[in-house]
Amino acid sequence: MTERTIRLSVNGREYERRVAVRWTLADFLRDELGLTGTHLGCEHGVCGACTVVMNGAAVRSCLLLAVQAQGAEIRTVEGLADGDTLHPLQEAFWEHHGLQCGFCTPGILMSFACFLEEHPAPSDAEIREALAGNLCRCTGYVNIERAVRAAVTKLAGGRAGAGPTGA
Amino acid sequence: MSRYVGQPVRRKEDPRLLTGSGRYVGDVRLGGLLHAAIFRSPLPHARIVRVDGSRARALPGVIAVFAPGDLGEVAPIPTTLAPRPALKACFQPPMPRDRVRYVGEPLAVVVATDRYVAEDALELIDAELESLPVVADARRGLAPEAPILHEALGTNLADRIVMSRGDVERALREAPRRIRGAFAVQRHTGVPMEGRGLLAAFDRGTGVLTVWGPTKMVHRNRSILADLLGYPEHLIRFIETDVGGGFGLRGEFYPEDFLIPWAAMRLPAPVRWLEDRREHFLATNHSRQQWHEVEMGVAPDGAILAFTDQALVDMGAYVRPNGFVAPDRTAAFLPGPYRIEHYAFEIACVFSNKTPVGSYRGPGRVESTFVRERLIDLVARELGLDPVDVRRRNFIEAGAMPYAVGTTAHGRPVVYDSGDYRAAFEAALRELDLEAARKRQAEARRQGRYLGIGFACVVDSSGVGPWESARVVVDRTGQVVVYSGTAGLGQGIETTLAQVCADALGARLEDVTVVHGDTGLIPFGIGSFGSRAAVVGGSAVFEAARKVREKAVRIAARLLEADPGDLVLEDGRVTVRGVPDRALTLRDLARAALPGQPLPAGMEPGLEATHYFHITDVTYPYGMDAALVEVDPETGMVRVLKYVIVADVGRMINPLIVDGQMVGGMVQGLGAALLEELAYDEGGQLLTTTFMDYLLPTAAELPAEVVVRVTEAAPSPGNPLGVKGAGEGGIIAVPAAVANAVEDALAPFGVTVTALPLSPDRVLGLVRASRR
Repeated sequence: MTERTIRLSVNGREYERRVAVRWTLADFLRDELGLTGTHLGCEHGVCGACTVVMNGAAVRSCLLLAVQAQGAEIRTVEGLADGDTLHPLQEAFWEHHGLQCGFCTPGILMSFACFLEEHPAPSDAEIREALAGNLCRCTGYVNIERAVRAAVTKLAGGRAGAGPTGA
Repeated sequence: MSRYVGQPVRRKEDPRLLTGSGRYVGDVRLGGLLHAAIFRSPLPHARIVRVDGSRARALPGVIAVFAPGDLGEVAPIPTTLAPRPALKACFQPPMPRDRVRYVGEPLAVVVATDRYVAEDALELIDAELESLPVVADARRGLAPEAPILHEALGTNLADRIVMSRGDVERALREAPRRIRGAFAVQRHTGVPMEGRGLLAAFDRGTGVLTVWGPTKMVHRNRSILADLLGYPEHLIRFIETDVGGGFGLRGEFYPEDFLIPWAAMRLPAPVRWLEDRREHFLATNHSRQQWHEVEMGVAPDGAILAFTDQALVDMGAYVRPNGFVAPDRTAAFLPGPYRIEHYAFEIACVFSNKTPVGSYRGPGRVESTFVRERLIDLVARELGLDPVDVRRRNFIEAGAMPYAVGTTAHGRPVVYDSGDYRAAFEAALRELDLEAARKRQAEARRQGRYLGIGFACVVDSSGVGPWESARVVVDRTGQVVVYSGTAGLGQGIETTLAQVCADALGARLEDVTVVHGDTGLIPFGIGSFGSRAAVVGGSAVFEAARKVREKAVRIAARLLEADPGDLVLEDGRVTVRGVPDRALTLRDLARAALPGQPLPAGMEPGLEATHYFHITDVTYPYGMDAALVEVDPETGMVRVLKYVIVADVGRMINPLIVDGQMVGGMVQGLGAALLEELAYDEGGQLLTTTFMDYLLPTAAELPAEVVVRVTEAAPSPGNPLGVKGAGEGGIIAVPAAVANAVEDALAPFGVTVTALPLSPDRVLGLVRASRR
């Protein structure tokens, strides 16, 4: 099987690996780098469980080949918290019961980590539209929306306190 | 004493799940891991001439290929509920030897060094299959010319379930009005976000076979596997993992639950199989498909005098372990929350060449509720009555509890234990604001828009026995561990059971850890299904924790030289009433209880206790739903504007979790009402094998307004916590309430909603038919 060497950064750490060209980015992250927080729910790009942030954009890692991530900067759910301090989205999902089985959660967190950087003050309709790109079978979405709104407030507060470091 | 129970505490599961540190079966890391893929029948009904894996075996990276002939004699997978012994001939074999009966049935297992290679090898399997005529529609399965799936049974009729009370023929004959209906529920299923998966490792030295992945009832699965393998049970260990949703279908014993461990015992390294989405649609239990022809005899005021139902259930190709649960519960719960003296239900369970069926959240209740609540709306329409009033006219009154319905579920009489259905219904009307909703409807109609209001009333069942286990241990460090026989399916039992334990023992919640789903740590357990974990598992934890509390207090009394009656145990400390500085912690007491320490006479060492909580009867939650929808007759699109659930689940352990179950169930029910269908073509091929064809609800389908009000009006009298199960109630009424609302919205067109889902094409079909 044809292989290539790729170099990429994942959650701030540099990796260089030989990889079969047909391997998906999701399988590479999970099986090669051991970052199993990225989940696979459909492997055809619909459910969004495998969403990671690549070069600042939310992408479906099941639809990308690992070799396409050559030179990329990737962020996965494992890189969302700052050490033991949860990201405001994670904290809000916990507080508002925004997850049950947790399988779709990493993809939703990464989708919104990216979305909120571009839309720091989204309307309820914008949150709903953004969320509609991910499937969740447990929560019925209502608490996820609540959690995202709470995180928006918290992030806005953080920005106001910390000066102009926001999006 | 109730410091944590009843509080919306944050879940203990969440930090690991939020940080990508959960451990689902695909995340377990073992050295040298091999990967399995399964070759599945492309034909719905065929004679197996030959399955040859030699080309596949020759592919570099392929370790082994197992075809049907390699398995030897293996018994079929047993069921929990089989009405008659002859049905044994229709249980599913792990791999068929002579004949395949549905598309997706396993025909070979390939094991390779990685999954990509294993899937390559699937294309090199040579299967020679001789196609047979198919039963592609169970409604034609009983026709004389229909091919027979199981020749040993000699018919496609698996069973006929009959339940009746009173003299229905006479009551119908004498009824002033008789109203008929015909309703169908489509084939659909739970579709969790994570497919199934199994990881099996065999230690040749010790003979221990370890299996990760199946989650729901690991002890029963271990017993089945031991029997099928003919292998000692103590050498098989099941370890539950985190799972991406259960919904009744995960953790049943499927063919793969034999094939993967069996293969592991013949391989040099552990092996994992992960079901992909297409496989999931083909292989994992389908559910729900039923057709009903019903009739009600009624008085002019809407009083129900008689109720008959002739139904047919599509069983798929085999009797799977809980294949009969849905038909059984359908008959059991057809009367619902209404007093009906005369009824007769007959349900024919018929085989077809489709994926076998099993339980999906609210089995039998969803289907029977759709049929009954639709029929009640037809009654109201025919009699010119308000559907609200027809329901009010027929409720079982709170004073009539306990109320014997006259049906049975799993052979036990259905006797509602407690409930005030009328009060809950009135509360739902208030939460909907019925008057305002009807004004809004009238106003919209003047503008040429079609709004509709629908109701559905449900009695659910929960807390299936016969028992559950709990062992509560305080370790040397003062930490409390609860070993529970229940299973975690994402519903939050690591939190709710910890709440119960912390209160009953007098410990701090942060010091309590719940361990579940490991047969190596928990000798006996049943699991999580039928909304039983909180009811039966929670009660077991409560009693075990109380025993530990009593033990701790007796030890402390001796050490403090105090009367046990003067001692207080809370927040993990025992103090003498009125003397707060004389205290012992659970850590102190655990050490004082170690073997070798002096203990009160007759006390066993160890600050721990086990309890098996036995329960004979289930407990009955209930719910009253109301939906306000808008239907666009030009596009067929249905939008839910407001959805109200008023539910009673007895006492709540964690309101945050109960609310999550209700809303999650409701949105899953919207899928059944509007979107989801496992569609087959006339040749028996499944057409919906991706999320592009099988549509799950997204946030875009959410009602504009969701109101969930959970009352605690009717605690269960059957367990010490007073709880009823909350896991299934949210979904049950939704297809019925939405269908009733859609029909109400389209009343100007005179349509009758008879089938689901109410997808745009079906709604347009109704409107067009009415215009013709």
